[in-house]
Amino acid sequence: MKRSLRPLAATAVIFIIAYALSVLQFPSMLSTRVLGNFLTDNAFLGIAAVGMTFVIISGGIDLSVGAVIGFTGVLVAVLISWMGIHPLLAFAIALGVAGLFGAAMGLTIHFLNVPSFIVTLAGMFLARGGASVITQDSVPINHDFYGTVTGLIIRLPGGGRLSFIGLLMIAIFILGALLAHRTRFGSYVYALGGNEVSASLMGVPVARTTVQIYMLSSMLAALAGIVFSFYTSAGYPLAAVGVELDAISAVVIGGTLLTGGYGFVLGTFVGVMLLGLVQTYIIFDGTLSSWWTKIVIGVLLFLFIVLQRVIFAASTPGEKSPEKA
Amino acid sequence: MANSPFVLEARGVIKIFGNHTALDAVDFGLKAGEVHALLGENGAGKSTLIKILTGAYQPDGGGVFVQGEQVHLDNPLHAQTHGIGTVYQEVNLLPNRSVAENLYLGHQPTRFGLVDHRKMEANAKVLLQRYGLNLDPGSELGTHSVAVQQIVAIARAVELSGKVLILDEPTASLDRNEVERLFEVVRDLKSRGLAIIFITHFLDQVFAIADRVTVLRNGRLVETRPLDSVSRTDVVRLMLGKDIAFSGATDLEPENAHSEVLLDFRDYGRKKSVQPFNLTVHKGEVIGIAGLLGSGRTEMARIMFGADPADQGTLHISGKPVSIRNTSDAIAQAFGFCPEDRKAEGIFGDLSVRENIVIALQGKLGWFRALNRDEQLEIAGKFGEAMDIRAASLDMPVKLLSGGNQQKVILSRWLATDPAFLILDEPTRGIDVGAHAEIVRTINRLRDDGMAMIVISSELDEVVAYSSRIVVMRDREMVAELRGKNINPGVIVQAIANHPDEAVA
Repeated sequence: MKRSLRPLAATAVIFIIAYALSVLQFPSMLSTRVLGNFLTDNAFLGIAAVGMTFVIISGGIDLSVGAVIGFTGVLVAVLISWMGIHPLLAFAIALGVAGLFGAAMGLTIHFLNVPSFIVTLAGMFLARGGASVITQDSVPINHDFYGTVTGLIIRLPGGGRLSFIGLLMIAIFILGALLAHRTRFGSYVYALGGNEVSASLMGVPVARTTVQIYMLSSMLAALAGIVFSFYTSAGYPLAAVGVELDAISAVVIGGTLLTGGYGFVLGTFVGVMLLGLVQTYIIFDGTLSSWWTKIVIGVLLFLFIVLQRVIFAASTPGEKSPEKA
Repeated sequence: MANSPFVLEARGVIKIFGNHTALDAVDFGLKAGEVHALLGENGAGKSTLIKILTGAYQPDGGGVFVQGEQVHLDNPLHAQTHGIGTVYQEVNLLPNRSVAENLYLGHQPTRFGLVDHRKMEANAKVLLQRYGLNLDPGSELGTHSVAVQQIVAIARAVELSGKVLILDEPTASLDRNEVERLFEVVRDLKSRGLAIIFITHFLDQVFAIADRVTVLRNGRLVETRPLDSVSRTDVVRLMLGKDIAFSGATDLEPENAHSEVLLDFRDYGRKKSVQPFNLTVHKGEVIGIAGLLGSGRTEMARIMFGADPADQGTLHISGKPVSIRNTSDAIAQAFGFCPEDRKAEGIFGDLSVRENIVIALQGKLGWFRALNRDEQLEIAGKFGEAMDIRAASLDMPVKLLSGGNQQKVILSRWLATDPAFLILDEPTRGIDVGAHAEIVRTINRLRDDGMAMIVISSELDEVVAYSSRIVVMRDREMVAELRGKNINPGVIVQAIANHPDEAVA
């Protein structure tokens, strides 16, 4: 097996074991209802995590994701509820704004040669602050379109429901996987994460690719914000605080190397599901504080970072010695 | 346009950096189906010429011609479209991606807009077989040896450009078998009509594979010659610019005039760096180290100073066994080391002259005995005067000084620690004549004061002038120790050039 697949395999195995153990304890966790809710509850996190996967594979990080989700929720809610714009148009506007926002971050990172960490941190404050300037309160969305979309569900045998937003997340994952693994853009993203100097010498359009990566991340974050607004039927400036960190966790647990160059979009899916499983288990248990979620995520993250280190350090081919024959 | 015999040609190329002329009206012509070696010591202008030929730099005068037509190369990618591909010493590929993707990145075959991995890997397999590589194109590049990566890089360059291949020190990190394998690939490409520029420091390799050789020195073209008409000695002489007729042996006091043995290196060496060597250094003696770039000169110095500690052999200082595992050990034994690359390894550019001078002494004293400002000024002032450092103020940043004055600052830094043994790596490179003389004077003065020194230099005349013995390095091995009458440029050139099996006078 390729070494880059090993962390992903480990995640998948841990997910299956953890799920099996949970089912042993709470047999009702093995139901289409729980599985359907898995998808619905984590849809916004999953969509944002797809964008984050691209950013991390390219060797960067995007800390603005949670703030962009919050900003988009507020923007969409204000456009629909206060200004009476049709939701679809509001979505288009929100995605456009996010695209420009991501492009600005990408341009800054590339041309001013500033670490992505700093630029997206600034982006995070800008977006969060911008949302709070528009409104301090939660803005409810009451539009027929929202009802229609929320009503779009596929009923599964056993009482489960596949919601529209759950399916949307799956579609985004599939498109993301195609983009990463089957397009030139995808190969450029991996190339940037491998070695930016080599990549540019090999003819990778570094500037364009960097901008596209951050545009993709911000626009997917905006889509996640739209999905979140379906989920809550409101826009709130302090929504989704810290979601960027959950997304980074899911990406890393899904087998993507934080230093860039290696990773899988579908691994992130498993990572998101594993995080969802932990939350669901804690809800089922009922006696545990929900903060245990954080502890488990912390332990998992730590475990995976160590695991990746071990796998990549152990299998790096020894430097061929320049010794004279 | 006139039909040119050359695929790629530089005519009267001039490149000026600041007030330094890196290339002075250099002509260079490359024919199809030849391997053309480009030789020269550091600073001779090789890499500048290559960067102009690949479009990384623009010439300030003269022009680049591809098949007789003048071209303007904007960047290496643009050069690629003119058929010029380059492979660098460090493989500039992506170790995290598959071999196939490294071959075709940016040009992957697509179907319905998606990359067709199967077709790409099939093409890669066929392509690699032409280079004698039978490996899984889907495997990660980083899992293969540097030699294989080097060949993949060549395959990519040839695939994308196809007329001219520039190999910039491709063999620097390969072992002998790997070099042979690489040469088979190069010979095959040559027979297919490619024009190949080959840059290396290894003369053996030049004679093994090249058809013609161009030698540069100090930014000027020395000569271009077919290799079968020149000997190894000729080439070394062209590179070092030494007239072999000159053979004035220096008058130095006989061997027994030296006082006690200070250092005694026995079988001292480091794996993958320098073969074990034996060397004794007396007090009040200057030992010159000669050899071409890449012969192991600098490596030897770094081993002595503990920058790359020795992993075999023993060292006795004044008869007592000592082990030097790092530079602090060396400094504790009163060693000093002025490295070759002043800017990167020597000076702290943003710190003042004063701080640069006292820093090694402070390091030796430790944290708890900080030198106060007055002491620092006194020490810096003393050496500033003794060494004639031309600085407006001792508090100005050292990066604003000229190269020669920077070198004096580094020398002062070590002299402040009162060393018993000083290693100078190319102390006079790239500095003006006045400073040059000052440094040579200082070396002589320190020797007379009883300090032991090792001086590495490409300037043979200079080494000859102050050394009491000369060690010659070749292929990371100490091949000769010259003394007395043999200390003259002619003998040194012979020793550098000779095959190991030829006797050294």
